[in-house]
Amino acid sequence: MKTTAPAILLAIGAYFGFVVAVAQFHGMTAFALGLPSGAIATLAATCGVAGAIWFLFANDQVESPRPAQLLIGLALLCLGFGSYYGLFVAPPEQYMGEVQRIMYVHVPTAWNALLAMTLAFVCAVIFLFNGDYKWDSRMEGSIETGVVLAFLLCCQGAIWAKPTWGVWWDWDPRLTTTAVLLFAFLGILALRKFVEDPAKRAIWSAVSTIIAYVDVPIVYFSVRWWNSLHQQQSSPGTVSKQFWLPLRLNAFGILFLMVAFIMLRARIASLRLKHEMAPPLPEIAELGEAV
Amino acid sequence: MIWALRKELLLQWKTRTQFLAVFVFGATSLLLFSFAVGPNSEALRLYSAGFLWLGLLLSSTLTLAESYHAEMENRALEGLLLLPSDPRALYYGKAVANWLQLALLGIGLVPVMVVLYDAGTTDLLRLLAIILLGTAGLSAPGTLYAAMTSQARAKQTLLPLLLFPLIVPALLASVKATSLVILGDPMQQLPSWISLLAAFDAIYWSLCGLLFGRVVED
Repeated sequence: MKTTAPAILLAIGAYFGFVVAVAQFHGMTAFALGLPSGAIATLAATCGVAGAIWFLFANDQVESPRPAQLLIGLALLCLGFGSYYGLFVAPPEQYMGEVQRIMYVHVPTAWNALLAMTLAFVCAVIFLFNGDYKWDSRMEGSIETGVVLAFLLCCQGAIWAKPTWGVWWDWDPRLTTTAVLLFAFLGILALRKFVEDPAKRAIWSAVSTIIAYVDVPIVYFSVRWWNSLHQQQSSPGTVSKQFWLPLRLNAFGILFLMVAFIMLRARIASLRLKHEMAPPLPEIAELGEAV
Repeated sequence: MIWALRKELLLQWKTRTQFLAVFVFGATSLLLFSFAVGPNSEALRLYSAGFLWLGLLLSSTLTLAESYHAEMENRALEGLLLLPSDPRALYYGKAVANWLQLALLGIGLVPVMVVLYDAGTTDLLRLLAIILLGTAGLSAPGTLYAAMTSQARAKQTLLPLLLFPLIVPALLASVKATSLVILGDPMQQLPSWISLLAAFDAIYWSLCGLLFGRVVED
């Protein structure tokens, strides 16, 4: 397992993501090394994402599913602690009350869904340039995981919207863009199912992924001009410390889960590809003649 | 590219009965949409732009899916690719031909909309510009996707499945701009929607042309 370098990055991300937050939660500020909160958040996010993606690309083509299982364990740990802090430790929000607690899964899901789609786009571009099929497998894993996350995102958004806005669905830019993205990527998965030739399937789905991903900002801006109601994004500066910790724990948990799913899915895709690319076995009649 | 366009236009002229059939399909769907609202002329007029573009969108899947029919027979596409020319010329020829056909369809559906929904306007020049820009937005990605789906199984389902989510911004901008033309534009919003449409067209006409070579290669 090529895990040392990504593990160091992940450890740095985890240190700035949780250790500092936990320490500050208990009143110890020395752990932050004197950095401002914005820098800590950026460091945690960058190191965490970079480490996770590095881990993904270093380990997704190995024979055993062990690294992915390890990551799922870590994810469950993070999600367990995140849910505990989010549900029992963090205080309810002043205006929205208990409903606001869904943000601890909703916001991390949104980040990771976008990350999965971006990974799919990157894999598609790399595949079109170098034609290596491992990028096709990774793209398939990323699209599928991204679709699952986008679907969850829409469901969570609806659950949150009903008590807060009074409706299940609203034509808000981010909500609508997620739905459009979900359907666009579902279409690409359907395309992959309906094309048998692996070479054509890989190229066509890479092309469609690029086209669909380019559409995201256009959809976002067009819907924003059309209608808007969604909350403005919050930054660490405007959010109290007690709310960070469950958010970050869950963000890392879902990140690990996403990477593990992509690894497992890419492994299945590459095994299937190996099977499809293999020369067909000789027919039984021919074998009989040879004997 | 001129020759590719000429070939497409010639083919379309030879199969003009099919264009007529698509037009009748579009007009029928416009008629059917009015049943969704009921005989309320005020509401029909309000939603007329949306109905026009949805009718055009539904008809466009028929046109686009058919546009590779000739290439798929006797593996003619491979023959065309063997010619000493850029596959991009083939794409742009086909995309321009599809665009002209869709624009013609849109222009043809306008009188139907005016009669059925009482949604007249005197600003025909702007309406024409919106139809041209909007159908250009349908045709560029549509022609690229049709090249893929015409070679796949379940082509009738796949093309709308891939195309519809993608053209959401173009559809939104076209509907909004058309209804501003029909219902009046007190806030001067029309230019921003038209520039959104133009940006969509510019992005997809260049991107799809760039990627088409990879789609048809073997």
